[in-house]
Amino acid sequence: MLDLTFDAPKPKVISGATGDWELVIGMEVHAQVASKAKLFSGASTEFGAEPNSNVSFVDAAMPGMLPVINEFCVEQAVRTGLGLKAQINLVSAFDRKNYFYPDLPQGYQISQLYHPIVGEGEVLVEMGPGLARRVRIERIHIEQDAGKSIHDMDPHMSFVDLNRTGVALMEIVSRPDIRGPEEAAAYIAKLRQIMRYLGTCDGNMQNGNLRADVNVSVCRPGDYEKYLETGDFGHLGTRCEIKNMNSMRFIQAAIEYEARRQIAILEDGGTVDQETRLFDPDKGETRSMRSKEEAHDYRYFPCPDLLPLEIEQEWVDAIRDSLPELPDEKKARFITEFGLSDYDASVLTADVEAARFFEKVAEGRDGKMAANWVINELFGRLKKDGLEIGESPIGAERLGAIIELISRGDISGKIAKQVFEIAYTTGREPAEIVETEGLKQVTDTGAIEAAVDEVIAANPAQVEKARENPKLVGWFVGQVMKATGGKANPKAVNETVRARLGL
Amino acid sequence: MSKPNEMTIADARDALRAGEITSVELTEACLKAIDEAEVLNAVVHKTPDLALEQARAADERIRAGEAPALCGIPLGIKDLFCTRGVNSQAASFILDGFRPEYESTVTQNLFDAGAVMLGKLNMDEFAMGSSNETSHYGPAVNPWKVDGRKLTPGGSSGGSAAAVAADLCLGATGTDTGGSIRQPAAFTGIVGIKPTYGRCSRWGIIAFASSLDQAGPMTKTVRDAAIMLSAMSGHDPKDSTSADIPVPDFEAMLSGDIRGRKIGIPKEYRMEGMPAEIEALWAKGADMLRDAGAEIVDISLPHTKYALPAYYVIAPAEASSNLARYDGVRYGHRARLAEGEGIAEMYEKTRAEGFGAEVKRRVMIGTYVLSAGFYDAYYNRARKVRALIKKDFEDVFAEGVDAILTPATPSAAFGLGEMADADPVQMYLNDVFTVTVNLAGLPGISVPAGLDAQGLPLGLQLIGRPWEEGDLLNVAQALEAAAGFVSRPEKWW
Amino acid sequence: MSIDKDTAAHVARLARIRVEEEDLPALASEFNRILGFIEQLNEVDVEGVEPMVSVTPMRLKRRPDVVTDGNMQEKILSNAPDAREGFFAVPKVVE
Repeated sequence: MLDLTFDAPKPKVISGATGDWELVIGMEVHAQVASKAKLFSGASTEFGAEPNSNVSFVDAAMPGMLPVINEFCVEQAVRTGLGLKAQINLVSAFDRKNYFYPDLPQGYQISQLYHPIVGEGEVLVEMGPGLARRVRIERIHIEQDAGKSIHDMDPHMSFVDLNRTGVALMEIVSRPDIRGPEEAAAYIAKLRQIMRYLGTCDGNMQNGNLRADVNVSVCRPGDYEKYLETGDFGHLGTRCEIKNMNSMRFIQAAIEYEARRQIAILEDGGTVDQETRLFDPDKGETRSMRSKEEAHDYRYFPCPDLLPLEIEQEWVDAIRDSLPELPDEKKARFITEFGLSDYDASVLTADVEAARFFEKVAEGRDGKMAANWVINELFGRLKKDGLEIGESPIGAERLGAIIELISRGDISGKIAKQVFEIAYTTGREPAEIVETEGLKQVTDTGAIEAAVDEVIAANPAQVEKARENPKLVGWFVGQVMKATGGKANPKAVNETVRARLGL
Repeated sequence: MSKPNEMTIADARDALRAGEITSVELTEACLKAIDEAEVLNAVVHKTPDLALEQARAADERIRAGEAPALCGIPLGIKDLFCTRGVNSQAASFILDGFRPEYESTVTQNLFDAGAVMLGKLNMDEFAMGSSNETSHYGPAVNPWKVDGRKLTPGGSSGGSAAAVAADLCLGATGTDTGGSIRQPAAFTGIVGIKPTYGRCSRWGIIAFASSLDQAGPMTKTVRDAAIMLSAMSGHDPKDSTSADIPVPDFEAMLSGDIRGRKIGIPKEYRMEGMPAEIEALWAKGADMLRDAGAEIVDISLPHTKYALPAYYVIAPAEASSNLARYDGVRYGHRARLAEGEGIAEMYEKTRAEGFGAEVKRRVMIGTYVLSAGFYDAYYNRARKVRALIKKDFEDVFAEGVDAILTPATPSAAFGLGEMADADPVQMYLNDVFTVTVNLAGLPGISVPAGLDAQGLPLGLQLIGRPWEEGDLLNVAQALEAAAGFVSRPEKWW
Repeated sequence: MSIDKDTAAHVARLARIRVEEEDLPALASEFNRILGFIEQLNEVDVEGVEPMVSVTPMRLKRRPDVVTDGNMQEKILSNAPDAREGFFAVPKVVE
């Protein structure tokens, strides 16, 4: 396995007044399944609809309504599990998690506590060249999302919108293997990348389609290793759970703040209370959640409206056979197949669309050159316009055609940039641009010789100097290129100048 | 000929098809009977306009020569069924004024078969009770009367039982979670069958205990039960627990021939303190079946004693969760809040005001048995006992037993208010013979088999193999015929 | 197992049902009566018995991923005690 060559990164250390502290982080990532309809009802999952319009009687928990499961959602959970190299449980079951909240119409969330559909797996989170954290996945289960309460539309009332109620979520639960804010962000990014490759979750954090509850605790150096050895959580500090984070930046800020808050309490001789906290992005602080103050007793029990979910091994195998190449494998292949650097391969595989685009550009062409053009020219240009790869005005075929023109010697790299810009802004064919704009490189020896002779004849003083100092050849080449409008083949010009000057 | 509202479904069907009567005539007779029977408090939401509209449409269908089984038959519907545009409140104040925008699968099936809905019927609140006294509408009253005492029609489908027994409708829907069809049927001298769990869709029926609830018909005869059950049943893709099994024509399976059938008599149902009358009726029932050619065998269902305690863990646990949705947010009652009161008070006051005492008691017991630290001791243990109870039945069926005969109830109907001071467990004992059937998911039917010394009806219960309601109804019809129960309550209302 | 007044109060709170202080002792005693009855279950030997999962075993039904429902805001809100601007309105929730 390729990933065996990685070393584990150092944990984040915060120096306190009484010595060093390390961070221990576990995450529960909620990923919205990329389905059209909800987990247990036929209402749409579309984002941004009129309030309470993507709601069925089942979602509104009208009396007598019953759940029927969306098979596609089950398949996506299995797919995600396979993508995380996890155990797939052929028998799983749904449980009710009971609690009262206005945006939880049933008074319970249908989830999978006792028998999740996916068991243990792992994710490799790269933290730099040769450095990677292996984060163990404890489980993935399927559950319903809640609705949305809006608290700022009226001074005395909260408004409830059930559009999101019942949308399928995959809850991906990690072990406490994440050791710093940057790792936490990188872990989420890696999960997002894998799920986008798999097509199981669109990863849109802004819309809340990917969000995380982050468990943070601090311990003294050496304690974490004792925990790993014994499995005894007693070696770790008391954790606090920061709820519902949907920004990588805020996740990092929240962890940093929370760790320092806990260290301050501990160094002051206090104890950390296990509690649920919220991050306030404006203040950059976490605070205790009032609504969760009351100790929760969720009274989980098997949902009597559903039977156990039994899936067949053949079905799982068929899903496994349909899995795409995943980021780690794709990156490794880009390095070996196209001779790319580790960095370039990482950049190109970060997003599945970009990787697909690159492969089309590189197919049958110079891979390294293709990588340079995609990363430096295309990505740069897209970034300037604020566009995603999927919105690129220039397709992979046309970018590939430009690379072919360079390889064939039809245009220089410099001219190619002009062609790229024209093709990008106008959508014209590169070959046609070169033809119409007369950008084709001059390789005709006769024409080059004539141009060289003209420049030599017009600059006798420079010719003398050049014979003393051959470095001046460059000056002649420049003059010739200028005279030919940049279209002369620079290599041919160079050779001709040297020959004519007798160097 | 008897009055139209006194007809059986089978007779009315034949008369309708023969053009001897119209559905409108039948419906009007029932509506009149309902209006005259206010004192029984059986019908809690009358729907005369809808009924007559449906009756006219049914007459149209019959004239067109297209008359499905229940075409034009006026029925009463238990308040637990959601009926579009018609109050559906589970006899609870917490669903005050609730009018669903949807139709339950079972009532839709009945309407598709041409049935006419006369109105919604009284019941115990959320189907929790055995006397109809937990109803927010006040109790329904048994049309059978002794010494001027008003008697319970039983529960929870008490309104359905009273309405059928008093000829307010030709048949009614009931639901049965622990005996709620069979016990009131026995108390009112009618037939009630709870089919195999999964036979009738639960979609649109307000849930009490999801793993136990089943709908079924309550009728004047076994034949009527067969006709109505065929129409109510069927696979529903909207209910994950509804079975994808074909529904036979149950009526066609009533051959009257039960020769060679093996009927089990479970010794564990011979409870201590059982009234002699009940015991005698039970023995008489066995004799009647033997005389009809069945083989009577003694059987053992060893875990019977633990059915009731297991039920009183499982049913309240499921109910505590099923009833969490009644929170005052989206429908039904919401408590008026005082200045400064917020969401927590809204929940607690709404539910305190909206639920009656028995519902609150069960919701809290259910909450307790599921709470941290008690789940295994109560809920999981009860589920294990449930598995043992089911296995008891599987074992006797494996030995070739076709049906099991037991008493339906430990007593005849008791007086309204007479149990008011009894502790809750006393009331729960009403379900002692019926609850095993729900725990095992089996079909069970109550058949009127005689009168007690006071002149009140008593029923016998037959329990069948899963999915063999046709066979069970056939045995029940043989029992019905042999018992020759023809008594009707004297009209005093 | 004996339920005291505090436990009864805790259960009532979990169930979100207001019970007046003076009613708690009676409630606790009712609970005790019912739980005493339930505790007969302890007499049963359940060693090695699997808890019942479904009373009529069958394969769990599945539906295809097709939008077949929704788009009926009015019907969803038609029974609401307080609906405003397309939302259900409830007393302010403080998180």
